[in-house]
Amino acid sequence: MSAGVVAKTVRGFTGALAQTLVQEEQAQRHGVLQSVDARVKLVGMLALVVTAALSHKLAVMGALFGLGVALAAASQVSLWSLAKRVWLVAFGFTFMIAAPAIFLTPGVAVWRSGGLVVTAQGLRTAALLIARVETAVTLSTLLVLTTPWMHLLKALRTLKIPVEVIALLAMTHRYVVLLMETANAMFEARQSRMVGRLSGGEQRRLMVNTGGVLMSKTLEMGNQVFLAMQARGFRGEVYLLTDFRLRGRDWVAMGGFATAVAMAAMAGR
Amino acid sequence: MHIPDGYLSPSTCAVMYAASAPCWWAALRQTRKKLFGKTLPLLSLFAAFSFVTMMFNLPLPGGTTGHAVGVGIAAIVLGPWASLLAISLALTIQALFFGDGGITTLGANCFNMAIAGSFAAWGIYRLASLGAAADSRRRVVAAALAGYGAINVSALLAAIEFGIQPMLFRDATGAPLYAPYPLGIAIPAMMAGHLTVAGLAEAVMSAGLFSYLRRNEPGLVGMGSAAAPATRPTRALWGALALALLLTPLGILASGAAWGEWAPKDFADTATRAQIAAASGQASAPVAAPTGLEKMAALWTAPMPAYAPRFVKSASFGYLLSAMFGVGLIVAVMWLAERVTRKSER
Repeated sequence: MSAGVVAKTVRGFTGALAQTLVQEEQAQRHGVLQSVDARVKLVGMLALVVTAALSHKLAVMGALFGLGVALAAASQVSLWSLAKRVWLVAFGFTFMIAAPAIFLTPGVAVWRSGGLVVTAQGLRTAALLIARVETAVTLSTLLVLTTPWMHLLKALRTLKIPVEVIALLAMTHRYVVLLMETANAMFEARQSRMVGRLSGGEQRRLMVNTGGVLMSKTLEMGNQVFLAMQARGFRGEVYLLTDFRLRGRDWVAMGGFATAVAMAAMAGR
Repeated sequence: MHIPDGYLSPSTCAVMYAASAPCWWAALRQTRKKLFGKTLPLLSLFAAFSFVTMMFNLPLPGGTTGHAVGVGIAAIVLGPWASLLAISLALTIQALFFGDGGITTLGANCFNMAIAGSFAAWGIYRLASLGAAADSRRRVVAAALAGYGAINVSALLAAIEFGIQPMLFRDATGAPLYAPYPLGIAIPAMMAGHLTVAGLAEAVMSAGLFSYLRRNEPGLVGMGSAAAPATRPTRALWGALALALLLTPLGILASGAAWGEWAPKDFADTATRAQIAAASGQASAPVAAPTGLEKMAALWTAPMPAYAPRFVKSASFGYLLSAMFGVGLIVAVMWLAERVTRKSER
């Protein structure tokens, strides 16, 4: 118990750091989505997610989900890992929320037992919610898994996101990884010096004090980073190097995304 | 509380992005003015810090654990504008990179947790620490309240967004297309977890970090707009209160009974029944007051029914007198609370 909370937090950090490495490695593979221009992929995938959100038909969501699975397979993304990390987690969470709706939504009764009534409308609303969440989460995960983070950020310029915000996101991401490693090291150091059981209050103090030390380190690092940026010539202006160039395959991908979105939008209403 | 894709309709998501955009824009302008070139490293690092603290497992009384968003301490240390940017950045990284929260719902998540949360935390902290000395214990309680209040305001907003979905978006058969529960279910379901576990986690984290920083980095909690001087001129507040008191008789200009505030005898009165029907889409009220209402209405008789003591004949003067009595009571309770807190600090 004493090490429980610390161990759980360390496991969380280790898992997140491992996920970062897997994502970086996955984005470098030679697959279909990896070879598409990040801007085309970002706009195309977002359009597919919005189309899935707009769709009122299970068949259309099924087709979009199928497209996601096919793209994952063609992009060397392990379906087993997708199932384990994405589909099962999303299903478990959404099912917990959607399940009571099967009984609580008023409508035509399809099954009765005791005081419980399953309605057709309840079944439909639960199925729509689960299908929509699974489809959206598959498509957005594929976008992140097949695009290096820096390319994804630069591609956000296509959506007219200000350069300053993109620079903020880039720096935040870099320091998220660094601070996760720092926090992990702090917890591991504490864990290795722990003997016996800690009371609830002591555990709370441990977590909060670690948070406080991390905050002090963060702000100190902020000043150091600022000084380093100034030493390198930073004067408050942010510039991004954009070296994207559309190739033949990108135009084909753009056509593919546009066709899929148009078909799903027409069939989904 | 991180709403995933698919729970909110695209039009709700668009509205939430539209509501968040001006706040982000104003926050960028505000922080640029205050931090100059430091905006970039300071905000990025604080956002990264918020992200990492969201992963801390916080043991709570009762044996459970919770995660804090960190919005309480961010608002106290950075002020509401920089805090809303830092938490928005952390939420964006979570959504884009770790799939926690949706991309279409990012506007809603940022509005609930980063924008409303930051302003709620900052407002609560300022209010609860008003007049408290820099080393006062009340400031720690204020920090806890700020975290607790902020997370519950965010949860309430998320519950409202969930709850309006079945009212607005259904298919031809009547099946809800997005989040399926109406406000009556969504709000209690969402608030139950946040008023207890999540709220407590945020309160513990805010108060704990505040105490730590006050002990080890006192400059930080005395930095920025959140750290109010111990005494602030309250003359303007008293003036506004006096003006509001003088204007209270305006309340009697409104005619008829307030909807849903009917007395049992109103159900027998023909004129009031007509008013109820007119205000309820021509649905006629029951002929007799519901038995539950009749029973409960007799439980407590107010000393000043209808905002006027029995001995006062003028309605306007009675209204003013009631307002003065109410305000006086609140001021007396607050004065007493302050005395008690000061005594315990000594």
